[in-house]
Amino acid sequence: MADKLMKYADAVSKFDPVFGLEVHVELSTNTKLFCPAHIEFGGEPNSQLTPVSLGLPGSLPVVNKTAIDYAVKLGLALHCEIAEWSQFARKNYFYPDMPRDYQISQYDKPLNGNGYLDVELDDGEIFRVQIERAHVEDDAGKNTHVGGADGRIEGADHSLCDYNRAGVPLVEIVTKPVEGAGERAPEIAGAYVRAIRDIVKALNISHARMEQGNMRADVNVSLRRNEGDPLGTRSETKNVNTFKGIEKTMAYEIRRQAAILDAGGEILQETRHWDESSQSTAGGRVKSDADDYRYFPDPDLVMVHVTSDHIEELAKQMPEMPRERRARLKSEWGFSDLEMRDAVNADALDLIEATVQAGAKASGARKWWMGELSREANARDLTLAELPITPEDVAQVEALIAKGSLNDKLAKQTVSGVLAGEGTPEEVVSKHGYQVVSDDGALLAAIDEAFAANPDIVEKLKAGNMKPMGAIIGSVMKATHGQADAKAVRSIVSEKIASL
Amino acid sequence: MPTFTREEIEHLGDLARIALTDDEITRLQGELNVIAESIAKVQEVAGEDVPPTANPVPLEAYLRPDVAERPLTQEEALAAAPATESGMFVAPRILGEE
Repeated sequence: MADKLMKYADAVSKFDPVFGLEVHVELSTNTKLFCPAHIEFGGEPNSQLTPVSLGLPGSLPVVNKTAIDYAVKLGLALHCEIAEWSQFARKNYFYPDMPRDYQISQYDKPLNGNGYLDVELDDGEIFRVQIERAHVEDDAGKNTHVGGADGRIEGADHSLCDYNRAGVPLVEIVTKPVEGAGERAPEIAGAYVRAIRDIVKALNISHARMEQGNMRADVNVSLRRNEGDPLGTRSETKNVNTFKGIEKTMAYEIRRQAAILDAGGEILQETRHWDESSQSTAGGRVKSDADDYRYFPDPDLVMVHVTSDHIEELAKQMPEMPRERRARLKSEWGFSDLEMRDAVNADALDLIEATVQAGAKASGARKWWMGELSREANARDLTLAELPITPEDVAQVEALIAKGSLNDKLAKQTVSGVLAGEGTPEEVVSKHGYQVVSDDGALLAAIDEAFAANPDIVEKLKAGNMKPMGAIIGSVMKATHGQADAKAVRSIVSEKIASL
Repeated sequence: MPTFTREEIEHLGDLARIALTDDEITRLQGELNVIAESIAKVQEVAGEDVPPTANPVPLEAYLRPDVAERPLTQEEALAAAPATESGMFVAPRILGEE
Protein backbone atom coordinates (compact mmCIF):
# COMPACT_ATOMS: atom_id res chain seq x y z
CA MET A 1 0.00 0.00 0.00
CA ALA A 2 1.46 3.30 -1.05
CA ASP A 3 1.84 5.89 1.70
CA LYS A 4 0.05 9.21 1.46
CA LEU A 5 2.68 11.93 1.26
CA MET A 6 2.46 15.65 1.87
CA LYS A 7 4.50 17.96 -0.35
CA TYR A 8 7.87 18.50 1.33
CA ALA A 9 7.56 22.29 1.44
CA ASP A 10 4.12 22.05 3.05
CA ALA A 11 5.25 19.39 5.51
CA VAL A 12 8.12 21.49 6.85
CA SER A 13 6.00 24.63 7.01
CA LYS A 14 3.30 22.88 9.04
CA PHE A 15 5.57 20.74 11.21
CA ASP A 16 8.92 20.94 12.95
CA PRO A 17 11.04 17.86 12.22
CA VAL A 18 13.29 16.43 14.94
CA PHE A 19 15.71 13.66 14.09
CA GLY A 20 18.28 11.38 15.60
CA LEU A 21 20.94 9.27 13.95
CA GLU A 22 22.66 6.12 15.08
CA VAL A 23 25.72 5.64 12.93
CA HIS A 24 27.55 2.32 13.06
CA VAL A 25 31.21 2.38 12.06
CA GLU A 26 33.14 -0.86 11.63
CA LEU A 27 36.69 -0.49 12.89
CA SER A 28 39.51 -1.68 10.65
CA THR A 29 41.38 -3.72 13.25
CA ASN A 30 43.21 -6.88 12.22
CA THR A 31 41.15 -9.02 14.52
CA LYS A 32 37.71 -9.11 16.10
CA LEU A 33 36.67 -7.24 19.22
CA PHE A 34 36.72 -10.21 21.56
CA CYS A 35 38.81 -12.86 19.82
CA PRO A 36 41.91 -13.09 17.59
CA ALA A 37 40.06 -14.13 14.41
CA HIS A 38 41.46 -12.24 11.42
CA ILE A 39 38.96 -9.93 9.69
CA GLU A 40 38.80 -9.88 5.91
CA PHE A 41 36.04 -8.68 3.60
CA GLY A 42 34.76 -11.26 1.16
CA GLY A 43 36.43 -14.39 2.57
CA GLU A 44 34.96 -17.89 2.38
CA PRO A 45 31.87 -18.08 4.62
CA ASN A 46 32.54 -19.13 8.19
CA SER A 47 36.32 -19.14 7.70
CA GLN A 48 37.13 -16.28 10.13
CA LEU A 49 35.84 -17.75 13.34
CA THR A 50 37.08 -18.82 16.72
CA PRO A 51 35.04 -20.54 19.42
CA VAL A 52 34.40 -17.04 20.83
CA SER A 53 32.86 -15.64 17.64
CA LEU A 54 30.68 -18.74 17.46
CA GLY A 55 29.60 -18.34 21.07
CA LEU A 56 30.62 -21.90 21.90
CA PRO A 57 30.11 -22.90 25.53
CA GLY A 58 33.13 -22.25 27.70
CA SER A 59 34.71 -19.70 25.36
CA LEU A 60 35.60 -16.36 26.94
CA PRO A 61 35.91 -12.91 25.32
CA VAL A 62 39.14 -10.90 25.63
CA VAL A 63 39.04 -7.23 24.60
CA ASN A 64 41.12 -6.04 21.61
CA LYS A 65 43.31 -3.14 22.75
CA THR A 66 43.50 -1.56 19.29
CA ALA A 67 39.71 -1.47 19.04
CA ILE A 68 39.55 0.48 22.30
CA ASP A 69 42.30 2.86 21.13
CA TYR A 70 40.50 3.48 17.83
CA ALA A 71 37.23 4.13 19.66
CA VAL A 72 38.94 6.60 22.02
CA LYS A 73 40.37 8.46 19.01
CA LEU A 74 36.92 8.68 17.48
CA GLY A 75 35.56 9.91 20.82
CA LEU A 76 38.25 12.61 20.91
CA ALA A 77 37.44 13.68 17.34
CA LEU A 78 33.78 13.99 18.35
CA HIS A 79 34.70 16.10 21.40
CA CYS A 80 33.38 13.44 23.76
CA GLU A 81 34.16 12.92 27.41
CA ILE A 82 36.19 9.72 27.46
CA ALA A 83 35.30 7.44 30.37
CA GLU A 84 38.35 6.11 32.16
CA TRP A 85 36.19 3.19 33.28
CA SER A 86 33.70 1.74 30.86
CA GLN A 87 31.84 -1.49 30.75
CA PHE A 88 30.48 -4.09 28.36
CA ALA A 89 26.92 -5.29 28.75
CA ARG A 90 24.88 -8.05 27.19
CA LYS A 91 22.02 -7.05 24.93
CA ASN A 92 19.80 -10.11 24.74
CA TYR A 93 17.86 -11.02 21.61
CA PHE A 94 17.09 -14.08 19.57
CA TYR A 95 17.97 -13.83 15.93
CA PRO A 96 20.15 -16.15 13.89
CA ASP A 97 22.64 -13.40 12.97
CA MET A 98 24.24 -13.69 16.44
CA PRO A 99 25.20 -17.17 17.52
CA ARG A 100 25.54 -16.17 21.19
CA ASP A 101 21.93 -14.92 21.37
CA TYR A 102 23.24 -11.68 22.82
CA GLN A 103 25.31 -8.85 21.47
CA ILE A 104 28.12 -7.52 23.64
CA SER A 105 27.61 -3.78 23.72
CA GLN A 106 27.88 -0.97 26.24
CA TYR A 107 24.88 0.31 28.14
CA ASP A 108 25.06 2.64 31.13
CA LYS A 109 28.85 3.03 31.12
CA PRO A 110 29.84 3.75 27.51
CA LEU A 111 33.41 4.62 26.54
CA ASN A 112 32.49 8.01 25.00
CA GLY A 113 29.72 10.38 26.03
CA ASN A 114 28.52 13.96 25.60
CA GLY A 115 30.21 15.15 22.45
CA TYR A 116 29.37 17.20 19.42
CA LEU A 117 30.26 17.57 15.77
CA ASP A 118 30.17 20.81 13.79
CA VAL A 119 28.87 19.99 10.35
CA GLU A 120 29.59 22.24 7.39
CA LEU A 121 26.74 22.52 4.91
CA ASP A 122 27.10 23.23 1.19
CA ASP A 123 26.56 26.96 1.64
CA GLY A 124 29.24 27.12 4.32
CA GLU A 125 26.81 27.32 7.24
CA ILE A 126 27.89 25.38 10.34
CA PHE A 127 25.35 23.27 12.23
CA ARG A 128 26.30 21.71 15.55
CA VAL A 129 25.01 18.17 16.16
CA GLN A 130 25.10 17.10 19.80
CA ILE A 131 26.29 13.57 20.46
CA GLU A 132 24.87 11.50 23.27
CA ARG A 133 27.39 8.65 23.22
CA ALA A 134 29.77 6.68 21.03
CA HIS A 135 30.02 3.19 22.44
CA VAL A 136 31.81 0.00 21.44
CA GLU A 137 30.03 -3.22 20.48
CA ASP A 138 30.46 -6.23 18.23
CA ASP A 139 28.83 -6.67 14.85
CA ALA A 140 26.43 -9.46 13.92
CA GLY A 141 26.84 -12.06 11.17
CA LYS A 142 25.08 -12.07 7.81
CA ASN A 143 21.98 -14.00 6.84
CA THR A 144 21.04 -14.99 3.33
CA HIS A 145 17.38 -15.85 2.86
CA VAL A 146 16.67 -18.76 0.55
CA GLY A 147 13.53 -19.83 -1.25
CA GLY A 148 11.66 -16.51 -1.37
CA ALA A 149 11.54 -13.82 -4.03
CA ASP A 150 14.64 -11.60 -4.49
CA GLY A 151 16.35 -12.96 -1.40
CA ARG A 152 13.77 -11.35 0.84
CA ILE A 153 13.09 -12.65 4.29
CA GLU A 154 9.36 -12.65 3.57
CA GLY A 155 8.38 -15.95 2.04
CA ALA A 156 11.86 -17.42 2.51
CA ASP A 157 12.02 -21.10 3.17
CA HIS A 158 15.15 -21.01 5.31
CA SER A 159 18.15 -18.78 5.95
CA LEU A 160 21.90 -19.35 5.67
CA CYS A 161 24.22 -17.88 8.30
CA ASP A 162 27.77 -16.66 7.72
CA TYR A 163 29.36 -15.52 10.97
CA ASN A 164 32.57 -14.02 9.54
CA ARG A 165 31.32 -10.54 10.41
CA ALA A 166 30.11 -11.58 13.85
CA GLY A 167 32.44 -10.00 16.38
CA VAL A 168 33.90 -7.27 14.15
CA PRO A 169 34.31 -4.18 16.35
CA LEU A 170 31.83 -1.37 15.83
CA VAL A 171 31.44 2.06 17.30
CA GLU A 172 27.85 3.21 17.44
CA ILE A 173 27.55 6.99 17.47
CA VAL A 174 24.21 8.17 18.83
CA THR A 175 23.11 11.78 18.48
CA LYS A 176 20.90 13.62 20.90
CA PRO A 177 17.59 14.65 19.30
CA VAL A 178 18.58 17.18 16.65
CA GLU A 179 16.27 20.18 16.90
CA GLY A 180 16.13 23.41 14.94
CA ALA A 181 17.13 21.84 11.63
CA GLY A 182 13.80 22.73 10.01
CA GLU A 183 13.61 22.17 6.29
CA ARG A 184 17.34 21.47 6.13
CA ALA A 185 17.00 18.31 8.26
CA PRO A 186 17.77 15.84 5.41
CA GLU A 187 20.73 17.91 4.23
CA ILE A 188 22.14 18.17 7.76
CA ALA A 189 21.73 14.43 8.30
CA GLY A 190 23.59 13.66 5.07
CA ALA A 191 26.35 16.15 5.83
CA TYR A 192 26.72 14.77 9.37
CA VAL A 193 27.23 11.19 8.20
CA ARG A 194 29.65 12.36 5.48
CA ALA A 195 31.58 14.29 8.13
CA ILE A 196 31.83 11.14 10.24
CA ARG A 197 33.01 9.18 7.21
CA ASP A 198 35.72 11.81 6.57
CA ILE A 199 36.80 11.74 10.22
CA VAL A 200 37.13 7.96 10.47
CA LYS A 201 39.09 7.98 7.20
CA ALA A 202 41.39 10.73 8.48
CA LEU A 203 41.89 8.77 11.71
CA ASN A 204 42.49 5.64 9.62
CA ILE A 205 40.31 3.57 11.94
CA SER A 206 37.77 2.26 9.42
CA HIS A 207 37.65 1.36 5.74
CA ALA A 208 34.47 3.49 5.80
CA ARG A 209 33.10 1.96 2.63
CA MET A 210 29.34 2.36 2.80
CA GLU A 211 28.79 -0.13 -0.02
CA GLN A 212 30.55 -2.84 1.95
CA GLY A 213 28.54 -2.09 5.05
CA ASN A 214 31.49 -0.59 6.99
CA MET A 215 29.17 2.30 7.81
CA ARG A 216 25.41 2.31 8.15
CA ALA A 217 22.87 4.49 9.88
CA ASP A 218 19.55 4.18 11.66
CA VAL A 219 17.45 7.26 10.95
CA ASN A 220 14.91 8.36 13.56
CA VAL A 221 12.39 11.04 12.65
CA SER A 222 9.48 12.63 14.46
CA LEU A 223 7.36 15.69 13.84
CA ARG A 224 5.72 18.21 16.12
CA ARG A 225 3.49 21.18 15.40
CA ASN A 226 5.75 23.84 16.87
CA GLU A 227 9.34 24.16 17.95
CA GLY A 228 9.43 23.69 21.71
CA ASP A 229 6.50 21.25 21.80
CA PRO A 230 7.19 17.87 23.37
CA LEU A 231 8.74 15.39 20.91
CA GLY A 232 6.32 13.45 18.73
CA THR A 233 6.27 9.69 18.19
CA ARG A 234 9.20 8.65 16.02
CA SER A 235 9.80 6.09 13.34
CA GLU A 236 13.15 4.35 13.14
CA THR A 237 14.45 3.41 9.69
CA LYS A 238 17.19 0.80 10.06
CA ASN A 239 20.47 0.18 8.29
CA VAL A 240 20.42 2.84 5.61
CA ASN A 241 23.77 2.48 3.87
CA THR A 242 24.10 5.32 1.37
CA PHE A 243 24.38 9.07 2.00
CA LYS A 244 21.62 9.77 -0.50
CA GLY A 245 19.49 7.06 1.12
CA ILE A 246 19.84 8.79 4.49
CA GLU A 247 18.70 12.12 3.03
CA LYS A 248 15.86 10.53 1.10
CA THR A 249 14.71 8.46 4.07
CA MET A 250 14.42 11.55 6.19
CA ALA A 251 12.60 13.59 3.54
CA TYR A 252 10.23 10.68 2.91
CA GLU A 253 9.46 10.17 6.60
CA ILE A 254 8.80 13.89 7.07
CA ARG A 255 6.33 13.82 4.16
CA ARG A 256 4.68 10.56 5.27
CA GLN A 257 4.29 11.54 8.90
CA ALA A 258 3.05 15.03 8.01
CA ALA A 259 0.26 13.53 5.87
CA ILE A 260 -0.82 11.22 8.72
CA LEU A 261 -0.70 13.90 11.42
CA ASP A 262 -2.41 16.47 9.22
CA ALA A 263 -5.30 14.05 8.67
CA GLY A 264 -5.61 13.65 12.44
CA GLY A 265 -3.90 10.26 12.54
CA GLU A 266 -1.22 8.92 14.88
CA ILE A 267 2.31 7.80 14.13
CA LEU A 268 3.10 4.21 15.01
CA GLN A 269 6.36 3.74 16.87
CA GLU A 270 7.88 1.20 14.54
CA THR A 271 11.03 0.19 12.73
CA ARG A 272 11.02 0.75 8.98
CA HIS A 273 13.32 -0.03 6.06
CA TRP A 274 14.46 2.17 3.19
CA ASP A 275 13.71 0.51 -0.12
CA GLU A 276 15.93 1.92 -2.86
CA SER A 277 13.90 0.45 -5.73
CA SER A 278 10.60 2.04 -4.69
CA GLN A 279 12.29 5.12 -3.12
CA SER A 280 10.16 4.75 -0.02
CA THR A 281 10.30 3.40 3.51
CA ALA A 282 8.31 0.31 4.39
CA GLY A 283 6.93 -0.58 7.79
CA GLY A 284 8.54 -3.39 9.71
CA ARG A 285 7.64 -4.61 13.12
CA VAL A 286 5.90 -2.45 15.68
CA LYS A 287 8.14 -1.74 18.64
CA SER A 288 7.08 -3.97 21.47
CA ASP A 289 8.63 -6.43 23.85
CA ALA A 290 10.93 -7.51 21.03
CA ASP A 291 13.00 -4.55 22.19
CA ASP A 292 13.08 -5.70 25.80
CA TYR A 293 16.80 -6.40 25.60
CA ARG A 294 17.37 -6.97 29.33
CA TYR A 295 20.81 -5.36 29.32
CA PHE A 296 23.09 -6.41 32.15
CA PRO A 297 26.84 -6.16 32.76
CA ASP A 298 28.60 -8.99 30.94
CA PRO A 299 29.86 -11.24 33.72
CA ASP A 300 32.62 -12.53 31.43
CA LEU A 301 34.19 -9.07 31.13
CA VAL A 302 35.45 -6.82 33.89
CA MET A 303 35.60 -3.07 33.41
CA VAL A 304 37.82 -1.52 30.76
CA HIS A 305 40.28 0.99 32.19
CA VAL A 306 41.73 3.67 29.92
CA THR A 307 44.07 5.86 31.96
CA SER A 308 44.11 9.62 31.51
CA ASP A 309 47.79 9.32 30.54
CA HIS A 310 46.88 6.94 27.74
CA ILE A 311 44.06 9.20 26.54
CA GLU A 312 46.56 12.06 26.43
CA GLU A 313 48.98 9.93 24.46
CA LEU A 314 46.26 9.10 21.92
CA ALA A 315 45.26 12.75 21.75
CA LYS A 316 48.83 13.56 20.67
CA GLN A 317 48.53 11.12 17.76
CA MET A 318 45.41 12.81 16.37
CA PRO A 319 45.82 14.01 12.79
CA GLU A 320 44.40 17.27 11.51
CA MET A 321 40.60 16.93 11.25
CA PRO A 322 38.97 17.06 7.79
CA ARG A 323 37.15 20.38 8.24
CA GLU A 324 40.28 22.17 9.46
CA ARG A 325 42.33 20.55 6.73
CA ARG A 326 39.90 21.73 4.05
CA ALA A 327 39.99 25.27 5.33
CA ARG A 328 43.79 25.23 5.33
CA LEU A 329 44.11 23.71 1.85
CA LYS A 330 41.50 26.07 0.42
CA SER A 331 43.48 29.08 1.54
CA GLU A 332 46.86 27.58 0.58
CA TRP A 333 45.60 26.70 -2.88
CA GLY A 334 43.54 29.83 -3.40
CA PHE A 335 40.49 27.84 -4.50
CA SER A 336 37.02 29.39 -4.65
CA ASP A 337 34.21 27.89 -2.52
CA LEU A 338 32.84 26.16 -5.58
CA GLU A 339 36.21 24.78 -6.72
CA MET A 340 36.85 23.46 -3.22
CA ARG A 341 33.43 21.85 -2.90
CA ASP A 342 33.78 20.16 -6.29
CA ALA A 343 37.19 18.82 -5.33
CA VAL A 344 35.82 17.50 -2.03
CA ASN A 345 32.83 15.87 -3.68
CA ALA A 346 35.05 14.27 -6.29
CA ASP A 347 37.24 12.87 -3.49
CA ALA A 348 40.17 14.67 -5.13
CA LEU A 349 41.74 16.48 -2.14
CA ASP A 350 44.35 13.83 -1.41
CA LEU A 351 45.26 13.57 -5.09
CA ILE A 352 45.54 17.32 -5.59
CA GLU A 353 47.57 17.63 -2.39
CA ALA A 354 49.95 14.88 -3.47
CA THR A 355 50.29 16.47 -6.92
CA VAL A 356 51.14 19.80 -5.32
CA GLN A 357 53.64 18.07 -3.03
CA ALA A 358 55.22 16.56 -6.13
CA GLY A 359 55.90 20.07 -7.38
CA ALA A 360 52.84 21.14 -9.39
CA LYS A 361 50.90 24.36 -8.88
CA ALA A 362 47.53 23.88 -7.19
CA SER A 363 45.68 25.40 -10.14
CA GLY A 364 47.40 23.02 -12.54
CA ALA A 365 46.76 20.00 -10.32
CA ARG A 366 43.10 20.96 -10.01
CA LYS A 367 42.77 21.44 -13.77
CA TRP A 368 43.91 17.86 -14.48
CA TRP A 369 42.10 16.03 -11.69
CA MET A 370 38.83 17.90 -12.00
CA GLY A 371 38.89 18.12 -15.81
CA GLU A 372 40.44 15.56 -18.12
CA LEU A 373 40.96 12.91 -15.43
CA SER A 374 37.45 13.27 -13.96
CA ARG A 375 36.04 12.71 -17.45
CA GLU A 376 38.27 9.66 -17.88
CA ALA A 377 37.24 8.27 -14.49
CA ASN A 378 33.57 8.75 -15.33
CA ALA A 379 33.94 7.09 -18.69
CA ARG A 380 35.68 4.12 -17.11
CA ASP A 381 33.37 4.00 -14.10
CA LEU A 382 36.35 4.31 -11.74
CA THR A 383 37.14 6.65 -8.88
CA LEU A 384 39.89 9.19 -9.54
CA ALA A 385 42.23 7.30 -7.24
CA GLU A 386 41.65 4.12 -9.22
CA LEU A 387 42.85 5.65 -12.49
CA PRO A 388 46.21 4.27 -13.60
CA ILE A 389 47.96 7.61 -13.18
CA THR A 390 49.70 8.92 -10.07
CA PRO A 391 49.92 12.45 -8.65
CA GLU A 392 53.66 12.28 -9.47
CA ASP A 393 52.79 11.61 -13.14
CA VAL A 394 50.46 14.60 -13.21
CA ALA A 395 53.13 16.79 -11.60
CA GLN A 396 55.63 15.61 -14.21
CA VAL A 397 53.27 16.59 -17.05
CA GLU A 398 52.82 20.01 -15.44
CA ALA A 399 56.59 20.37 -15.17
CA LEU A 400 56.99 19.54 -18.88
CA ILE A 401 54.39 22.19 -19.74
CA ALA A 402 56.15 24.75 -17.55
CA LYS A 403 59.47 23.98 -19.26
CA GLY A 404 57.85 24.59 -22.63
CA SER A 405 58.43 20.99 -23.75
CA LEU A 406 54.71 20.27 -24.07
CA ASN A 407 51.79 22.38 -25.18
CA ASP A 408 48.21 21.68 -24.05
CA LYS A 409 47.47 19.30 -26.86
CA LEU A 410 50.65 17.28 -26.41
CA ALA A 411 50.13 17.25 -22.65
CA LYS A 412 46.70 15.66 -23.13
CA GLN A 413 48.19 13.08 -25.48
CA THR A 414 50.89 12.36 -22.91
CA VAL A 415 48.31 11.85 -20.17
CA SER A 416 46.37 9.53 -22.48
CA GLY A 417 49.55 7.55 -22.98
CA VAL A 418 50.09 7.24 -19.23
CA LEU A 419 46.48 6.11 -18.78
CA ALA A 420 46.99 3.56 -21.55
CA GLY A 421 49.85 2.05 -19.56
CA GLU A 422 52.69 3.33 -21.76
CA GLY A 423 54.77 4.42 -18.77
CA THR A 424 55.63 7.65 -17.02
CA PRO A 425 54.99 10.96 -18.82
CA GLU A 426 58.68 11.23 -19.77
CA GLU A 427 58.62 7.71 -21.18
CA VAL A 428 55.45 8.48 -23.17
CA VAL A 429 56.97 11.70 -24.48
CA SER A 430 60.16 10.02 -25.65
CA LYS A 431 58.31 7.00 -27.06
CA HIS A 432 56.12 9.17 -29.31
CA GLY A 433 58.69 11.89 -29.83
CA TYR A 434 56.29 14.50 -28.46
CA GLN A 435 58.15 17.78 -28.49
CA VAL A 436 57.03 21.32 -28.96
CA VAL A 437 58.79 22.56 -32.10
CA SER A 438 60.51 25.71 -31.02
CA ASP A 439 63.45 25.23 -33.34
CA ASP A 440 63.22 28.37 -35.44
CA GLY A 441 64.58 26.70 -38.59
CA ALA A 442 61.83 24.10 -38.74
CA LEU A 443 59.21 26.70 -37.82
CA LEU A 444 60.43 29.19 -40.41
CA ALA A 445 60.29 26.55 -43.11
CA ALA A 446 56.70 25.65 -42.16
CA ILE A 447 55.73 29.32 -42.09
CA ASP A 448 57.29 30.00 -45.48
CA GLU A 449 55.31 27.06 -46.86
CA ALA A 450 52.10 28.44 -45.36
CA PHE A 451 52.79 31.88 -46.83
CA ALA A 452 53.43 30.37 -50.29
CA ALA A 453 50.22 28.37 -50.13
CA ASN A 454 48.06 31.32 -49.04
CA PRO A 455 49.13 34.43 -50.96
CA ASP A 456 45.70 36.09 -50.56
CA ILE A 457 45.91 35.82 -46.76
CA VAL A 458 49.42 37.22 -46.78
CA GLU A 459 48.13 40.24 -48.75
CA LYS A 460 45.41 40.85 -46.15
CA LEU A 461 47.89 40.58 -43.31
CA LYS A 462 50.20 43.02 -45.05
CA ALA A 463 47.26 45.42 -45.39
CA GLY A 464 46.85 45.29 -41.61
CA ASN A 465 43.84 42.94 -41.48
CA MET A 466 45.02 40.47 -38.81
CA LYS A 467 41.83 38.38 -38.76
CA PRO A 468 43.05 35.59 -41.07
CA MET A 469 46.20 35.08 -38.93
CA GLY A 470 44.51 31.97 -37.43
CA ALA A 471 44.49 30.23 -40.79
CA ILE A 472 48.26 30.62 -41.14
CA ILE A 473 48.90 29.43 -37.57
CA GLY A 474 46.52 26.52 -38.21
CA SER A 475 48.38 25.33 -41.25
CA VAL A 476 51.73 25.67 -39.45
CA MET A 477 50.41 23.59 -36.55
CA LYS A 478 49.16 21.02 -39.02
CA ALA A 479 52.48 20.88 -40.81
CA THR A 480 54.31 20.35 -37.50
CA HIS A 481 51.79 17.73 -36.32
CA GLY A 482 50.60 19.95 -33.50
CA GLN A 483 54.06 20.13 -32.01
CA ALA A 484 54.65 23.81 -32.63
CA ASP A 485 54.31 26.38 -29.90
CA ALA A 486 51.37 28.47 -31.15
CA LYS A 487 52.64 31.58 -29.38
CA ALA A 488 56.03 31.34 -31.03
CA VAL A 489 54.37 30.85 -34.45
CA ARG A 490 52.22 33.97 -33.92
CA SER A 491 55.19 36.15 -33.04
CA ILE A 492 57.34 34.92 -35.92
CA VAL A 493 54.46 35.44 -38.41
CA SER A 494 53.92 38.97 -37.08
CA GLU A 495 57.61 39.78 -37.42
CA LYS A 496 57.77 38.39 -40.95
CA ILE A 497 54.69 40.35 -42.08
CA ALA A 498 56.13 43.54 -40.61
CA SER A 499 59.37 43.03 -42.55
CA LEU A 500 57.69 42.32 -45.91
CA MET B 1 7.44 -5.84 49.25
CA PRO B 2 8.58 -6.79 45.72
CA THR B 3 6.35 -9.20 43.90
CA PHE B 4 6.59 -10.75 40.49
CA THR B 5 3.16 -11.26 38.97
CA ARG B 6 2.37 -14.39 36.99
CA GLU B 7 2.10 -12.20 33.86
CA GLU B 8 5.61 -10.83 34.36
CA ILE B 9 7.02 -14.32 34.69
CA GLU B 10 5.22 -15.45 31.58
CA HIS B 11 6.61 -12.41 29.76
CA LEU B 12 10.15 -13.24 30.89
CA GLY B 13 9.57 -16.80 29.72
CA ASP B 14 8.47 -15.50 26.31
CA LEU B 15 11.55 -13.30 26.02
CA ALA B 16 13.77 -16.28 26.80
CA ARG B 17 11.79 -18.51 24.42
CA ILE B 18 10.93 -20.86 27.28
CA ALA B 19 7.44 -22.33 27.48
CA LEU B 20 6.41 -22.48 31.14
CA THR B 21 3.71 -24.69 32.64
CA ASP B 22 1.39 -23.28 35.32
CA ASP B 23 3.28 -25.25 37.99
CA GLU B 24 6.59 -23.85 36.80
CA ILE B 25 5.25 -20.30 36.90
CA THR B 26 4.08 -20.84 40.49
CA ARG B 27 7.47 -22.25 41.51
CA LEU B 28 9.44 -19.46 39.73
CA GLN B 29 7.18 -16.82 41.23
CA GLY B 30 8.13 -18.03 44.71
CA GLU B 31 11.84 -18.27 43.91
CA LEU B 32 12.10 -14.93 42.11
CA ASN B 33 10.29 -13.15 44.89
CA VAL B 34 12.78 -14.50 47.42
CA ILE B 35 15.63 -13.18 45.23
CA ALA B 36 13.93 -9.80 44.82
CA GLU B 37 13.45 -9.51 48.58
CA SER B 38 17.12 -10.26 49.18
CA ILE B 39 18.11 -7.55 46.72
CA ALA B 40 15.74 -5.13 48.44
CA LYS B 41 17.54 -5.85 51.76
CA VAL B 42 20.92 -5.10 50.19
CA GLN B 43 19.54 -1.86 48.79
CA GLU B 44 18.48 -0.79 52.29
CA VAL B 45 22.08 -1.10 53.45
CA ALA B 46 23.61 0.57 50.37
CA GLY B 47 23.25 4.26 51.14
CA GLU B 48 24.35 7.31 49.20
CA ASP B 49 27.90 6.83 50.42
CA VAL B 50 28.30 3.42 48.74
CA PRO B 51 29.31 3.70 45.08
CA PRO B 52 27.48 1.34 42.72
CA THR B 53 29.57 -1.57 41.47
CA ALA B 54 29.00 -3.62 38.36
CA ASN B 55 31.32 -6.42 39.26
CA PRO B 56 32.46 -7.73 42.64
CA VAL B 57 35.94 -8.40 41.28
CA PRO B 58 38.31 -5.42 41.71
CA LEU B 59 40.06 -6.04 38.40
CA GLU B 60 40.37 -4.24 35.11
CA ALA B 61 40.06 -5.96 31.77
CA TYR B 62 43.22 -7.31 30.19
CA LEU B 63 43.50 -5.75 26.72
CA ARG B 64 45.05 -8.13 24.22
CA PRO B 65 47.26 -7.03 21.29
CA ASP B 66 45.53 -6.96 17.90
CA VAL B 67 47.33 -10.01 16.52
CA ALA B 68 45.56 -12.73 14.54
CA GLU B 69 45.73 -16.37 15.53
CA ARG B 70 44.77 -19.40 13.50
CA PRO B 71 40.99 -19.48 13.09
CA LEU B 72 38.84 -22.58 13.02
CA THR B 73 38.64 -24.16 9.60
CA GLN B 74 35.25 -23.97 7.94
CA GLU B 75 34.83 -27.70 8.60
CA GLU B 76 35.64 -27.27 12.29
CA ALA B 77 33.29 -24.28 12.56
CA LEU B 78 30.41 -26.19 10.99
CA ALA B 79 31.12 -29.50 12.72
CA ALA B 80 28.35 -29.18 15.29
CA ALA B 81 25.75 -27.63 12.98
CA PRO B 82 22.54 -29.62 12.58
CA ALA B 83 22.42 -28.64 8.91
CA THR B 84 24.75 -26.80 6.52
CA GLU B 85 24.58 -25.52 2.96
CA SER B 86 27.34 -23.87 0.88
CA GLY B 87 29.61 -23.51 3.90
CA MET B 88 26.92 -21.85 5.98
CA PHE B 89 24.73 -22.77 8.91
CA VAL B 90 21.12 -23.45 7.96
CA ALA B 91 18.59 -21.64 10.16
CA PRO B 92 14.90 -22.49 9.98
CA ARG B 93 12.54 -19.95 8.47
CA ILE B 94 12.79 -16.69 10.44
CA LEU B 95 9.45 -15.08 9.60
CA GLY B 96 6.28 -17.08 9.59
CA GLU B 97 5.21 -17.30 13.20
CA GLU B 98 3.46 -13.94 12.97
